[in-house]
Amino acid sequence: MKIEVLKDITSANDAIADRNRGTLDKHNVLTLNVMSSPGAGKTSLILNTIDRLRNELNLAVIEGDVASKIDADKIDSQGIPVIQINTGASCSLEAQMITPALNRLPLENIDLLFIENVGNLICPAEFALGEHKKVVIASTPEGDDKPTKYPLMFTEADTVVINKLDLLPYLEFDFAGFRKAVEGLNPKVKIFEVSCKTGAGIDAWCSWISAEAKRGRV
Amino acid sequence: MHEFAITQSILNIVLDEAKAAQASKITKINLVIGELSGVVSDSVQFYFDFLKKDNAAEGATIDFKQVPAEFRCRDCSTSFNPKDSLWICPDCQSSSIEVISGRNCYIESIEVE
Repeated sequence: MKIEVLKDITSANDAIADRNRGTLDKHNVLTLNVMSSPGAGKTSLILNTIDRLRNELNLAVIEGDVASKIDADKIDSQGIPVIQINTGASCSLEAQMITPALNRLPLENIDLLFIENVGNLICPAEFALGEHKKVVIASTPEGDDKPTKYPLMFTEADTVVINKLDLLPYLEFDFAGFRKAVEGLNPKVKIFEVSCKTGAGIDAWCSWISAEAKRGRV
Repeated sequence: MHEFAITQSILNIVLDEAKAAQASKITKINLVIGELSGVVSDSVQFYFDFLKKDNAAEGATIDFKQVPAEFRCRDCSTSFNPKDSLWICPDCQSSSIEVISGRNCYIESIEVE
C-alpha cells in the first residue's frame, strides 16, 4: 500500500522555529540570527552593538559554538544575559536547541536578542530558529567573491554587514562587485559597511536595529 | 554534517505515518531532493542503514528523486537550470537571479505492508 506523505524533512524544525517565534513575539523580543564564516566578526559586532545600545534597549545573547564558552564569557563580562549552546558535532544551531535557552532567559525584560550561530556559510542557512531577521556578516579579508561561492546564505539574508573596513589598506575588496552580487541574489537586502575595530559604520547599523526594535514585533 | 539529524527526521516522519496507517512494515520511502536543499543522498543512505535497525523501517529502501534547481533571470526573465552550480543567466550573463524551485527536500510517499 502506498501512502502519500508530502512532508518537508525540515517541517519538524520549522514547526519548532514557529513556536520559538511565538514565544519571542509574546514578549516583544526582536531576534536576530547572526551568521557568517568563523572569524568574520559576529561576536565583535554584537559587543559593539551592546556598547552602543545598552542604555536604550535590554539585550540578551544566545551563543552557538561547536565547543568552548569563549564568546559567552565575553558577553557575560559586559553584564548581559547570555546562554552558551555547544553543538558538538552539529554544524549549525537548530530550532530545538533554542527552545530551552529561551526558557532560561528573562524574556519579559528583553527587547533585543542576538542568536550567534555556528561559524559556517552553508548549513545555518537551512535551519530557521524562530528569528525575525537573518543577518549575514562578510569580512573584507574573506574576499568579495563569497556571495558567488555561497549564494544560498546571501539569498536568505535580510541584512548583510561587511566588516573589517579598517583592513582595506592591506587588501583588495571590490565593494561594487560585492554589492551587485548580493543585490542580484536578494534585491531587498540591506547592506551595512562597518569596522568593529574603529567603530566606523556602527552608528548606522545600530540605528537600523533601534528602528526595528521600536517598530514592535506583535 | 547535518545529514544525521535530517535522516532522523525522515525516520520519525515515516514511522509516524506507518503507525497512523496501522502498517507494520515500511518497504519503500520515496524521497524528493531539491538540488539546493543541501541534502547529500549518499550520506542519508549511510545514516539510514544505521538508524533503521529494530524498527518498522528495517527492511525499507529509499528511492532518491533528484530535482534540479530552477532559476529565473531578473533582467531578461529567462528560466533555466543552473550549469555547474553557477547562479548566472545563460542568456544575458546576469547574476540577478531568483530561485523558483529546488530548495525543498520532502518525503513524497511511503510504501507499507
